[in-house]
Amino acid sequence: MSTTEILFYFLSALAVFSAIMVLVSKSPVHSVLWLIVVFFTISGHYVLLNAQFLAIVNLIVYAGAIMVLFLFVIMLMNLNTQTEPQKHIWMKLAGVISGGCFLMVLISLVRQAGDMQGKTALMKTGNIGLIGNLGKALFQDYVVPFEITSVLFLSAMVGAVVIGKK
Amino acid sequence: MPIQYYIYLCLVLFSIGIIGVLTRRNAIIVFMCVELMLNAVNLLLVAFSKMHHAAALTLNPAATTGIEGQLFVFFIMVVAAAEVSVGLAIIVMLYRNTHSVDINFLNRLKN
Repeated sequence: MSTTEILFYFLSALAVFSAIMVLVSKSPVHSVLWLIVVFFTISGHYVLLNAQFLAIVNLIVYAGAIMVLFLFVIMLMNLNTQTEPQKHIWMKLAGVISGGCFLMVLISLVRQAGDMQGKTALMKTGNIGLIGNLGKALFQDYVVPFEITSVLFLSAMVGAVVIGKK
Repeated sequence: MPIQYYIYLCLVLFSIGIIGVLTRRNAIIVFMCVELMLNAVNLLLVAFSKMHHAAALTLNPAATTGIEGQLFVFFIMVVAAAEVSVGLAIIVMLYRNTHSVDINFLNRLKN
């Protein structure tokens, strides 16, 4: 078993464990911290796939900006002192069963898919994930969507201020 | 690494996100589970991009096939950041009006 495989299994197990801990944590602050662990493991997967630009952007945007926003909101609301109202146990069971059925259906679908047999994802090599190649593609072929996202950000910022002000 | 392993991992993460949305009542945790589902999809897109790149490299060593998948992940992250800012503003407004973030208060929208 090579180092890459060991890292893949370790990161996968850690990601699934932390994702489950996001669900079962009582305090929202603990959920946020476990979600940051999930984002770090997904960044590790990006590094394994040699998508280095996305790994750094994932850390900066998700683990850095978005999660800090979540933490700010939770601490502003002072949520960790009050207990969360729980759903009825049958509703929880129904949610878990429907999520499990979804998982089972999709896994059996993937197992039967002929297109996926024998295909491998390129690990550690391949230079399409480096920032030079991504930047060339972004500013040559995809420059219009890139500019449109700036308009989207502006409207989101105005919307957040308008909603939060009143 | 076979592509199936990545598909299984992303399916498990996505299903955990779905179970979280269905079982929790705290609006912030529901929102965090949506983020988890977005990240599972991002990881799957990168894995598929590398899969197509591996297939194209055997034909042409200078191919950049599959770079679109990674650009798509970049745009998904941009949209997710905008979505989080607006969504958290809505949750703050909900808390200011009801002094709770219980999503069952939101069923007044149906009247």
